[in-house]
Amino acid sequence: MTTRRRSRPGQYGAHVALLPMALTTLVGYLGAMLWTLRVSFTSSRTFALDDYVGLAQYARLFANERWLLSLENLAVYGVIFVAGSLLLGLVLAVLIDRQVRAEAALRTAFLYPYAMSFVATGVVWQWLLNPSLGLQEVGRRLGFAGFQFDWIVDPDKVIYTIAIATIWQASGLVMVILLAGLRGVDPEIWKAARLDGIPAWRVYSSIVLPMLGHSFATAAILLLAATVKLYDAVVAMTQGGPGTASEVPAKFIMDHLFGRANIALASAGAIVMLVTVMALLAPVVYLRRHASGVSAR
Amino acid sequence: MLLQLAHHALGMLSARLTTIAVGLLVSVLAHAAPPRAEVIHWWTSGGESAAVRRLADAYKSAGGVWLDTAVAGSEQARAVAISRVVGGNPPTAALFNTSKQFHDLVEQGSLATVDAVAIKEGWDKLLPEPILAAIRIKGHYYAAPVSIHMPTWIWYSKAAFRKAGLTAEPATIDELFQDLDRLKAAGLIPLAHGGQPWQENILFRAMLANVGGRDLYLRILRERDPRALQSAEFRRVLLTFKRLHSYVDAAAPGRNWNDATALLITGKAGIQIMGDWVKAEFALARQLPERDYGCIAGLGSHVPYIVQGDAFVFPKSADAQTAAAQQLLASVITAPRTQVAFSAQKGSVPIRPDVDQSALDSCARKGIEILKDKSRVVGNDENYLTPDQNGALSDILTAYWNSNTSVEAVQKLIAVALTQ
Repeated sequence: MTTRRRSRPGQYGAHVALLPMALTTLVGYLGAMLWTLRVSFTSSRTFALDDYVGLAQYARLFANERWLLSLENLAVYGVIFVAGSLLLGLVLAVLIDRQVRAEAALRTAFLYPYAMSFVATGVVWQWLLNPSLGLQEVGRRLGFAGFQFDWIVDPDKVIYTIAIATIWQASGLVMVILLAGLRGVDPEIWKAARLDGIPAWRVYSSIVLPMLGHSFATAAILLLAATVKLYDAVVAMTQGGPGTASEVPAKFIMDHLFGRANIALASAGAIVMLVTVMALLAPVVYLRRHASGVSAR
Repeated sequence: MLLQLAHHALGMLSARLTTIAVGLLVSVLAHAAPPRAEVIHWWTSGGESAAVRRLADAYKSAGGVWLDTAVAGSEQARAVAISRVVGGNPPTAALFNTSKQFHDLVEQGSLATVDAVAIKEGWDKLLPEPILAAIRIKGHYYAAPVSIHMPTWIWYSKAAFRKAGLTAEPATIDELFQDLDRLKAAGLIPLAHGGQPWQENILFRAMLANVGGRDLYLRILRERDPRALQSAEFRRVLLTFKRLHSYVDAAAPGRNWNDATALLITGKAGIQIMGDWVKAEFALARQLPERDYGCIAGLGSHVPYIVQGDAFVFPKSADAQTAAAQQLLASVITAPRTQVAFSAQKGSVPIRPDVDQSALDSCARKGIEILKDKSRVVGNDENYLTPDQNGALSDILTAYWNSNTSVEAVQKLIAVALTQ
């Protein structure tokens, strides 16, 4: 420890170089956060005002059916989306890891959805899922008269269609992260396993995958962040409908921020989301730090 | 010294360019620049941008320079305008609906008045009352109206009506439902609907106007009267609204309004309840009112005519030239000739009755005729409700339309949302 504390040349240079970024973080992120917190205690409409009303906006928020439904939707969506993307990404990564032909082409194909704006691909999904234009109609024209796939217009199932479309988009990214992790596994392990005659699935499940903890944590954090800011997929595919069935918190906040000229209520919603994210991410970050501390020793 | 070097290096061409540049600079300094107006609006579709070009042309022929800043989406456009005002870099003019949308800006003292134009043209006598109420605050005029839309016209496809054996247009609400039943029996989509909250809101307002009448309409939306909100009449309005749901096809959720209009154009659906902007869609498909489609402003002569307007506001500027450009803009866009040219493209009704109506279609002329009867004119929901109340109402209505909530529960929710 004492050797580390000795100042080295360039140490201050690094700090100076990081200063602009630190200032951006302090003013841009932390400052905006505090400003949002302040506004959420006021009765501001179009402009920020100083008339504090305590927790009134929060009380209104949690009496609002659309907000509560948004939270519920986000929870359901988050579980399906994170689990689905991790699983599909893992399957893709493992399959590609088995030295398939045309690996580069497949990798590109699977990662491509992530490179495209969801505003565009969401519209394609909307058409695919539309019962009178898309898959259902195609199925019926092929002769399956009773074929039914109308989830996007069904208030009880619409959130699953959003999950399907966004899993399609995000699983490529998960695949790339996990594939990088798989490629980092020492080939000697595979050779040893082959000598011992252990089947491949067993090597993956008992040896290789447990070594990918960091890759999984990275993918999970990215997916969680994507869950919380879910907005473009909903706007492009359902606009929150049918009715309010696929509303999500980010859309609630955006609607109130601009269209409904109620920045105080929107800010309260944003703060609730922030607290939720921190509560969700804290264990992950803690585990990661804990894990790296163990491995460093 | 530097200039000389440059001349030598680049030769005659450079010298010439410099002369031109200096000449231009001198001429700019010597003569006052023409009034320049940067205008933020959200009119980006085919018919809309043709309409806004009429405004720009009129401004140019009045000696002004029109700088077009079109932002797709009305909410986005207003958000851009507001953030530029807040950020100290306001546009010369920005489009808003004639509603409370810009009243916060007025309260903040961010908007210039157009009193001179308003008094010279006699807006008090010319404009419908809901438009005046939205733009005139404490005796000052803060916006120049450009169009009057009516959001709850009932449109019907003549081809679909023929297929269902219908010959006359519905004259009462009961006849409307009979016609919907006949259309359904003929295997058509009775009601072409786009399942988006604002479109469901339009169906609600149509029922509030047609079933509830003027008195209930104003007591609900303007007075937000708790007794009216709990009344049996209002319950009947909500039930009629919900009854329309049984005439909508399964693919309606999420559909855009113009796709719903396309169902009428192709004769697949019978009726659509929507604002008069659908005329642009019919026109694009080369269909004509009375020949291919019909328009009904209201089922009965007692039904109120809802006025939904667009207006330009003029953010305050310390610059005298900008102020002059704003005054010129306000007077040009409200002038009778501009109004006719604009309305014919936009599908709206001119803001003033003293115009040459021959260039307008029969639906617009029906509208102008009804507007003369002051007792039928009412404001749109956004005239009476704050954007926040209106949004809360819209959330409740769209949830009711798409779920099996009881009408009593919905009535309670609306009462809470509007009296909050």
